[in-house]
Amino acid sequence: MSDATAGNLSQAAAEARRDDAAQTGPMLAADGRPLKQSLNRALRAQKLRALALIAPLLIFLLVTFVAPILDMLFRSVENQIVSETLPRTVIALEDWDAEDLPSEDIYAALAYDLHAAVERRIHTRLGSRLNYEETGLSSIFRRSGRGIDDVGEGYADQFIDLDPAWEEPATWIGLMADPDWIAEQAAWAATETEAREPVFQLAPGIADLLPETADAYRSFALALQAEARNPDSPTTEEPWNTVFLALYRDLSAGAEVGAVEGPEFARAEVVRLQEAAAAVASFTPVDLRATFADIDEGWAEMPIWTTIQTFSDPYTAGYFLAAVDLQLTPSGIEVVEENQRIYMLLFQRTMVLSLTIMGLCVILGYPIAYLLSNLPLRTSNMLLILVLLPFWTSLLVRTSAWKVLLQQEGVINDLLVWIGLVADDARLAMINNQVGTVVAMTHILLPFMILPLYSVMKTIPPSYMRAAKSLGATNWTAFRRVYFPQSVPGIGAGCILVFILSIGYYITPEIVGGRTGIFISNRIAFHISDSLNWGLAAALGSILLALVLVLYWLYDRIVGIDNVKLG
Amino acid sequence: MTLKSLLKTGAAAMLLAPAAHAQEMADTVTFVSWGGAYQASQINAYTDPYQAANPDVTIVWDESSPEAVARMRAMFEANNVTWDLVDVVAADAIRLCDEGLAMEVDHDEILAPAPDGTPASEDFGDLIVSDCFIPQIVYSTTNGYRTDVAAWEGRTPDSVCALFDTENFPGTRTLERRPINNLEWALLCDGVAQEDIYDVLETEEGIDRAFAMLDRIKEDTLWWTSAAEAIQFMADGEAVMGSSYNGRLFSAIVEQDQPIEMLWDAQVFDLDGWVIPEGLPEDRLNRVLDFLYFGTDTQRLADQAAYISYGPARNSSAPLVGTHAELGVEMAPHMPTNPANSERVIVFNYLWWADYRDDLDARFQAWLAQ
Repeated sequence: MSDATAGNLSQAAAEARRDDAAQTGPMLAADGRPLKQSLNRALRAQKLRALALIAPLLIFLLVTFVAPILDMLFRSVENQIVSETLPRTVIALEDWDAEDLPSEDIYAALAYDLHAAVERRIHTRLGSRLNYEETGLSSIFRRSGRGIDDVGEGYADQFIDLDPAWEEPATWIGLMADPDWIAEQAAWAATETEAREPVFQLAPGIADLLPETADAYRSFALALQAEARNPDSPTTEEPWNTVFLALYRDLSAGAEVGAVEGPEFARAEVVRLQEAAAAVASFTPVDLRATFADIDEGWAEMPIWTTIQTFSDPYTAGYFLAAVDLQLTPSGIEVVEENQRIYMLLFQRTMVLSLTIMGLCVILGYPIAYLLSNLPLRTSNMLLILVLLPFWTSLLVRTSAWKVLLQQEGVINDLLVWIGLVADDARLAMINNQVGTVVAMTHILLPFMILPLYSVMKTIPPSYMRAAKSLGATNWTAFRRVYFPQSVPGIGAGCILVFILSIGYYITPEIVGGRTGIFISNRIAFHISDSLNWGLAAALGSILLALVLVLYWLYDRIVGIDNVKLG
Repeated sequence: MTLKSLLKTGAAAMLLAPAAHAQEMADTVTFVSWGGAYQASQINAYTDPYQAANPDVTIVWDESSPEAVARMRAMFEANNVTWDLVDVVAADAIRLCDEGLAMEVDHDEILAPAPDGTPASEDFGDLIVSDCFIPQIVYSTTNGYRTDVAAWEGRTPDSVCALFDTENFPGTRTLERRPINNLEWALLCDGVAQEDIYDVLETEEGIDRAFAMLDRIKEDTLWWTSAAEAIQFMADGEAVMGSSYNGRLFSAIVEQDQPIEMLWDAQVFDLDGWVIPEGLPEDRLNRVLDFLYFGTDTQRLADQAAYISYGPARNSSAPLVGTHAELGVEMAPHMPTNPANSERVIVFNYLWWADYRDDLDARFQAWLAQ
């Protein structure tokens, strides 16, 4: 009976459920919302709460860890400075075949770019940037800054000889400026406010009529207005000589100035322009290439042009190539000369020495950790303090102490000479070379090996060893087959810690490494603080980061990252 | 010079300062220098008298000059320049100027003329190597040697070429871990005339020649990165001769009485001075300009020489150089600019090195590492 009842009941319940689903759709919560939705909402709130709890840490990590790394990765390829400083030249060079010196058009583009760059004082920055790629460019740009006023001077003189009015700022304003801007500017000048002059606007249509002149004049006007301390106004300054150069080029290219109908007040300017257009044919042309060669011979040689062209892209692989002893040349990627190859050597040395240090740490640290974990607590705590004491001492102090011990006139050498093991004139060189780096860094990094080893060994019950021995294993077999396998996670953790710390080490190799014991990080530091080649430093750093990740991945494949235990 | 007369001249200089400087001025400014004895000499000679005349001014010192260029670039990128006046070597001043991080100044407008009225730009003369640079001192990178080396059998080096002469002067050397100065000395000792050094270094063969010369002592040399290391090496007997800055050598020899002697031959003149960061707010700039007018005048530069053996950058300061403030020794014979010390002098060729530095440094570091 009870069976039948139960069967009936469950049948009834199932039917009720079916009816329910058929009639009312999704199951509802107490407040009438679908249960699923309501559940989701509750979960979302929970998730948000959890997120809010970890938010401070997450934001902290993003700001202080992820953002700098991304910024570094970005710097290693970023190269916008060339196209930002010389925009017209970069475009003009796109079709240049790099076989002969560029045409006058390209020199003209350079003249406009360079003049604007000099006014903004950014030309020397570009010089420093390009000097990383080609020796000597830094001073070409510096000298060009002083000589840029000469470019187009010949044309400026001829225009002014033709009609002195070309010297007047008002002539140019009448021709180039938007009438609305002129009105605005006049209103601004009348009020004597603290506010800046309204931003210069070109007259509509002038860019079609005199494209180069309009462009050159606009960058002249904007550069004057953008001066940080004492902004000038185009209404009071004679244009740069490069603007005259542009006007000459436009007019002699046959700009149709006959058809111009200027506004009422600019009638005189238009007539003047038409006169000039008629006269330019009789002007003495000035050879731009020769003008630039006068400023610096470098402009009449190929290297500067091919370098600008090769590095004109806003993003470049140049830094990464340089970081592995390659270089980007106009004819493709090449290996740098043998006597300048250094980075591959240093990467290799960093790896080899770091592995050596790691190995020494295992060999030295393992017995110490074993001893610590097997002594009675009181004694082992005492010994642990001895391990930690150097850990708490300043890095510099420890490194300098090694210097005192190891140098040729140092304690150890003195001792060896006194005992008679070493002759006085053949003292051992134990510092300022690789030996120094390995000894000092093994000492400094030893606690990072001992501590994880100790905490893992602490958890290995001594009864296992006793059990092994009672089953007939020798001491060695018991250690090899029972104890050691259980301590492997500690070795793994210690090795990862020591290795990763050591390939990024910089202070110790710098102090005790001498000529042969320095690491790649010393070059990175050099490029950050000395040569200012941050792009190359970023590329070197990125490669180092990639190497660590690859080794981590390898470790995971071979040993398994789950086998790492810090305690 | 007593403190009182110092204050008097200071006050007089203040009165003479152009009216333009008598504007709103910040009371707290940050100066950047090298720390140690050099910064102490600046405090004694420049800022203490200035603060005595302007008691409400606080000067915060930051000892970051060794990495000033990188730090300033980082500050500008972060758009937060906290420094007001930065002490750098001339090569760094040129780079800061190139990068647009330092302000271009009109030396005659912002600096005091010499007492006889000579404008500042003439008083400093050629030492104004960049439009952004306000020179303070001339120092030199020169060599020293230990006086107690038995293996030399009484011979003493009298030329920079002793560095490369391991036969007569055996022992470990210590030289700076960068190509600058070392390549010049190598060529000079390989028989290149001094005026041809840079022309030769521009050629591939010339560079090979210099490195071949350095090859002779590559294994016998400890390469330093900070000048204090070099002194330490020599004082410990780790090295028997080597290069350092003349002020460091002076303090080892005269102040600490180490058995070391100066080797002035072919010393390399270099300059150190102020730059103003670009784009300072008006009030901080005014304070800095006010200080500079006072702190770089003829008397202040001469006073500095009482605390450290670096030559004042103004021509008009040279006759005013007196004795060491504590030891009482005459300072003039210890100045790199002293005629007896400057028979053969190489002047640091900033512009040449600005071009060739990256290339030669790569070459030099590769040479070292191999």
